[in-house]
Amino acid sequence: MRRRIGDRIFDLCNVAVLGLIGITALFPIYYTFILSFTDPVEYYRRPLILFPSRWSLDAYKYLMSTGTFLDALGNSVFLATVGTALSLVVSSGLAYAISRKRLRFRRFIMFAILFTILFQPGLIPSYLVVRQLGLIDSIWSLIIPSLTSGWYVLLMKGFFDSIPDSLEDAARMDGANEMGIWFRIVLPLSLPALVAFGLFFGVGYWNTFFNAVMYINDHHKWPLQVILQNMLVDPTSTANGSAADFRADRKLPSETLKMAAIVIATLPIMMVYPFLQKHFAKGAMVGSVKE
Amino acid sequence: METTGNRIEARKRTDLKSKTGGSLIGDLNRDKYLYLLALPGLLYFLVFKYVPVGGLVIAFQEYSPYFGILHSKWVGFEHYARFFSNNDFWLLLRNTMAINMLNLLFFFPLPIILALLLNELRSTVYKRAIQTIIYIPHFFSWVLIAGLTYLMLSESEGVVNKLIAAAGGQPVGFLTHADYFWGLLTAQSMWKEAGWGTIIFLAAIAGVDPQLYEAAVMDGAGRYRKMWHITLPAIRNVIVILLILRIGSVMDVGFEQVYLMMNGAVSQVADVFDTYVYRNGVQQGQFSYSTAIGLFKSIVGIVLVVAANKLAKRFGEEGVY
Repeated sequence: MRRRIGDRIFDLCNVAVLGLIGITALFPIYYTFILSFTDPVEYYRRPLILFPSRWSLDAYKYLMSTGTFLDALGNSVFLATVGTALSLVVSSGLAYAISRKRLRFRRFIMFAILFTILFQPGLIPSYLVVRQLGLIDSIWSLIIPSLTSGWYVLLMKGFFDSIPDSLEDAARMDGANEMGIWFRIVLPLSLPALVAFGLFFGVGYWNTFFNAVMYINDHHKWPLQVILQNMLVDPTSTANGSAADFRADRKLPSETLKMAAIVIATLPIMMVYPFLQKHFAKGAMVGSVKE
Repeated sequence: METTGNRIEARKRTDLKSKTGGSLIGDLNRDKYLYLLALPGLLYFLVFKYVPVGGLVIAFQEYSPYFGILHSKWVGFEHYARFFSNNDFWLLLRNTMAINMLNLLFFFPLPIILALLLNELRSTVYKRAIQTIIYIPHFFSWVLIAGLTYLMLSESEGVVNKLIAAAGGQPVGFLTHADYFWGLLTAQSMWKEAGWGTIIFLAAIAGVDPQLYEAAVMDGAGRYRKMWHITLPAIRNVIVILLILRIGSVMDVGFEQVYLMMNGAVSQVADVFDTYVYRNGVQQGQFSYSTAIGLFKSIVGIVLVVAANKLAKRFGEEGVY
């Protein structure tokens, strides 16, 4: 009987501890969300608002009326859509090819890809390549240099390994040509995996920040994350005038504006989150362990 | 007629058993679409992963974009002599090591503990809910994490300081005091990644044969004994692999994170190799000097991975490769 009581106590503590951890994870998100909808007057009056008595959409209306924010939003949407599509094409093509045993130099190519995971030459040589290619100040500098990675290709290859050669051969017997096989057999079969990888690519592009700081000086081409950094973290650092745009309106407390910006930036992630969750197992392997 | 031709050709292919076998030209011709599919990816790796490796030679030059790699002056190990005799090096090394040690001590065990606790929950619904919540921050960018940190902890507007002020206390400069900086980074990493880190352990735990637990219960094992003798050994290999990878990246510090949290007041404790390379290279144009430092970092990284892997194998673990 004694152990059973001990067990009960353990269970209770466990539920409480994990509950606290859950609250710690959720609170900043919840608080930001709530404050972004809080009436400015109320914001100034109370130190901690867990639920506003007066709601307001002013912060959102204001943000959406500034050209800088809308430009950035458009750029990020472009990155997340066009970038993701290109990443999928490039990664899946290579991954599929190296999953076929008839490919020449297959082992060599796989080793060459693995090597790029183990050894990275560092920031400057990559930066110089992008510069030499004339991509500085072009939005393509945020897509082309980060199209794929060794991890993604090897993970995708692992998936394509499960499509047997004999299936293709059967299709060939039925008269399908190579392109037909790729489009009508391989792609439909791998659609669930492609969706999963697409989601992870998409989140990656949406969160693009540092490459933009490095490669893009023209602030009309900045993605959302750079504008966010200007608003949230260091409004004085980049004197390009973009941050100043947001401080012109004195009626709104800058905090609710910041929070509204955060909510807009997290919205797409929250929207795809349920789908992402379904594919966690694959995603968790990215950047952790290879099989 | 044409279909018959196709069939014969198809049979020929099948006979080859889809393996390499004929002449190179013949293979290339037979599988030209396969090579076409691989081409963009191969080009990508060549241009963006291997050309930079070749570009590392500028670490031993006085590279100037005007002369290019071919005509720039060779200087041997001059940049390394300069870097290692410089006080900056020791400062960078200290900061990097301090941040990584804190990370290893406090962040690394957290996903393991969380996974064990989650595994002990009796209610599946509650477990799912907690999992759903603690995975979210993983998908946030570091900019968002930094922004949330400011909104929570800044001296004038942070919630925590507002509460401290409301309780009659003095506000604390969490973000502007050098003493708090390393701890702050560790806390951010924990908030962002600890939940996500549990997935790989939970997957390993899920693979444990339930009969093992039943047998243990028959032998009179309680909850802690089951955890200690069955669950932990089941995830030991995963822990070792992650530890090896962690050791291999001991020279790395989350670059975006440090870059975003850095400010004048904390630069002495915040400057790490990557921020130094960025400042000297991209911002000041000392390409050769900063490439040399980057190369030093990469070599230390790969040596450490190989060494840690060897060590793990000596102790009878599987290792990374």
